[in-house]
Amino acid sequence: MRRLIFVLPLVAFAAVAAWFAVGLTRDPTRVPSALIDQPIPAFELPPLPGSGVPGLSDEAIKGKVALVNVFASWCVPCKAEHPILMRLAEERRVPIYGINYKDAEQDARAWLDALGNPYTAIGHDLSGRVSIDWGVYGVPETFVIDRDGRIRHKHVGPITPQILQDEILPLIASLEK
Amino acid sequence: MTGRLTTFLRIALFLMPLVTAAPAGAVLPHEQLADPALEARARAISRELRCQVCQNQSIDDSNAPLAADLRRIVRERLLAGDSDEEIIRYLTARYGDYVLLRPPVRRDTMILWYGPAIVLALGAIGLIVWFRRRRATPDSAPLTPEEERRLKRLLDDTRPTP
Repeated sequence: MRRLIFVLPLVAFAAVAAWFAVGLTRDPTRVPSALIDQPIPAFELPPLPGSGVPGLSDEAIKGKVALVNVFASWCVPCKAEHPILMRLAEERRVPIYGINYKDAEQDARAWLDALGNPYTAIGHDLSGRVSIDWGVYGVPETFVIDRDGRIRHKHVGPITPQILQDEILPLIASLEK
Repeated sequence: MTGRLTTFLRIALFLMPLVTAAPAGAVLPHEQLADPALEARARAISRELRCQVCQNQSIDDSNAPLAADLRRIVRERLLAGDSDEEIIRYLTARYGDYVLLRPPVRRDTMILWYGPAIVLALGAIGLIVWFRRRRATPDSAPLTPEEERRLKRLLDDTRPTP
């Protein structure tokens, strides 16, 4: 009994320290999405003029497993992930829909002309309001949508080859089953 | 002017901005609502909402473009006649509880809210028990005759021989 009084605080401290140690390994800039397993928000965005692809609405996305990628020409990490999206688009595995976030028309168009257009459709979100409905807080963000039009996963930041292989492609495969 | 009065004025001048300057926030004049009561509500709500980009600033304090967009949404909803709770719900539906600088008291946040108080209470109880016990065992009991003899012997041994 006597010894317990001295051991107990030590055990409690160790538990709290372990808990915090795990917490330190997590990235605080990654905000968990409130929209996981929620239906995609209702929206309608005009096309990006001159991009040659149609605009985007929630109805257009539903029915197929798909990726929705929020991007902007002024966003440097978007440029980093762009080749990965291009490769994915060439494989024609899933449709990739783009939400062009707070971007000037001509800038976005020049960006796509220079780097290629992986998107099946692009919604031009100049005011950023539709992106707020999606819970976007920084670009790039990528959502994985299931057949029923529900958001199943959100990746914040650029997609790396490893994230594609380890997280996104396996999820797509399991959703397509 | 006497020296004392000058000193007083100097101190007063130094303190004046501290008293009169209200925290300005990042709200720009053109963002503000014409109705002062609504604007006050908008400021109060904005101070409770976390900017997702800069995290430990409220959207009222942050200069980030997203914070400005969220401030505008708060004011639009106010003009549309939403209650404060409806506006908070509108934003938590999109950004989760993370958008709240003060997390709600719920079952899964109980430890967060009451944990420190519980730890403090346990510590206090522990201390009280410890002190009580210490007082219960008298540490000034008289020496037994056996102890007296031993003490004497020890003292005799260590006394320096002249």
